[in-house]
Amino acid sequence: MPDLVQMTINGVVVRVPRGSTVAAAVLLAGSSNLRRSVSGELRGPLCGMGICFECRVAIDGRQHVRSCQLLCREGMEVTIGV
Amino acid sequence: MSERSEFDVLVVGGGPAGIAAACCAAEATPRVAIVDDNPALGGQIWRDEPAPSTSQSAIWYQRLARLPVQIIAGTRAFAQAGPHILVAESEDGVCELAFRKLILATGARERFLPFPGWTLPNVMGAGGLQALARSGLTMRGKKIVVAGTGPLLLAAAAHLRQSGAEICLIAEQASRRHLIVFSVRLVCHSSKLQDALALRRELAGVPYLTSCWPAAAQGKEKLESVMLRRGAKTWSVDCDYLACGFHLVPNTELAALLGCGVEQGRVRVDDLQQTTVPDVHCAGEPTGIGGLELSLVEGQIAGHAAAGAPDAARGLFAKRKGLRRFAAGMDRAFALRPQLRSLPQADTLVCRCEDVPLGRLREHSSWRAAKLLTRCGMGPCQGRVCAPAVEFLLGWNVESVRPPVFPVRVESLTTTVTGAPPTLS
Ligand SMILES: Cc1cc2nc3c(=O)[nH]c(=O)nc-3n(C[C@H](O)[C@H](O)[C@H](O)COP(=O)(O)OP(=O)(O)OC[C@H]3O[C@@H](n4cnc5c(N)ncnc54)[C@H](O)[C@@H]3O)c2cc1C
Ligand code: FES
Repeated sequence: MPDLVQMTINGVVVRVPRGSTVAAAVLLAGSSNLRRSVSGELRGPLCGMGICFECRVAIDGRQHVRSCQLLCREGMEVTIGV
Repeated sequence: MSERSEFDVLVVGGGPAGIAAACCAAEATPRVAIVDDNPALGGQIWRDEPAPSTSQSAIWYQRLARLPVQIIAGTRAFAQAGPHILVAESEDGVCELAFRKLILATGARERFLPFPGWTLPNVMGAGGLQALARSGLTMRGKKIVVAGTGPLLLAAAAHLRQSGAEICLIAEQASRRHLIVFSVRLVCHSSKLQDALALRRELAGVPYLTSCWPAAAQGKEKLESVMLRRGAKTWSVDCDYLACGFHLVPNTELAALLGCGVEQGRVRVDDLQQTTVPDVHCAGEPTGIGGLELSLVEGQIAGHAAAGAPDAARGLFAKRKGLRRFAAGMDRAFALRPQLRSLPQADTLVCRCEDVPLGRLREHSSWRAAKLLTRCGMGPCQGRVCAPAVEFLLGWNVESVRPPVFPVRVESLTTTVTGAPPTLS
């Protein structure tokens, strides 16, 4: 059994392997987009290494966190699409 | 007031160059630290590598583990608080890192070029998709088109294939003629030749099309297909992901912020990897894209030099020279062809942070004017994505850096003690 972490994405409970980044978890959960751009386009991760800021999400109420640079933690609440 | 730590040698960046630098420095001097933005050390290539004990990364990790090097992970340096003091931010807050000698090993990023549809979800960098696959995204059964230019396309494709993806094809913009000249050079570097042959085995059966590039990414809410162009022919390929990068760009922002000379997009260094600013060294990709081996050698030279052991550094000069020659050959082989300048249309977004299309940039005559009037390059990525593209598309000089080099939380800025007041973008 892989070691899983339980968290929520827009209120939906998901379980992902420990060590996954939040960006990977969102994509694994079936959403390709993480945020909306200033003109309303859907956007997903681009660089995967912390430089483009396209993967920004809100985590436990904190806005604009780069989800590709953050590992999933038990009980984390992730909000995407804003 | 934020917490302050003091070091004899502080290394920014924990990729191969930073790890090598820290090891060599720590073998000669106490109080060495590595600060890295990522949760784990290893930089772009070694991160999360399930290292067998004989691999090159394992040897370096073991050497590092035996030394009293402090690892400050998940923390990025974003400004200078005064002479010999950097300010860094982590999830827990801000800290000041004081140093006698500083080694910048900040690596490189992919170059992205705009084309219609490149902002659709599931269009990613080649290294970008690889990084996501390494950090938990399953690739099993996914169809992937790999496109752009440079050796990273092959490394990424091989890794994605190993993770279970189906690589539809690899589109390399460079011509066959250019690549043949390059592969002749490979033969002179036995370790690189081994790597190349291994990649070829891993990618057996995958079409590798030279003089071919993506003309458009298509799809409604996310990528559905990629239109490719080769000569007069265009055709569409259905896929789940487009992994697309146009070689690498050195991360020179922090060096520039500290006042280090940067020329043609590279940090200027002398024989001992010393920048134009006293006590500041630079190693690895920021001094010019050279790949793993060159990063390791430059890191070692910088580490020895910063720890006051220049003789140990000199022993590595010959090796560095050979690797730099190889790097220059790589730059020529994968130089961007001028036709790529006509990929974006007037309504294609160039700046993804502020959604600025090419047509609006064309109304201006310089990067500075365009930034002020369109906000291109003023969003959170601070031009890291669009500036290299604009430089290629419009020929503008895009070198300008102001603190902080990354957007930070307002609390972090207010704890920055001295220096020019940083501005929020
Ligand atoms: C996305 C990507 C994927 C790649 N994949 C491969 C591959 O599969 N195979 C291959 O042979 N080569 C690959 N490369 C090339 C690879 O970068 C080099 O061969 C090698 O890793 C360079 O080592 P380095 O130490 O110079 O830089 P890097 O490995 O890039 O390390 C630099 C480190 O500095 C950190 N950093 C930068 N700025 C700051 C700051 N201000 N504060 C704190 N930390 C900071 C970064 O987070 C990073 O961890 C890849 C490059 C990229 C960009
Ligand atoms: S995908 Fe670029 S910052 Fe996360």
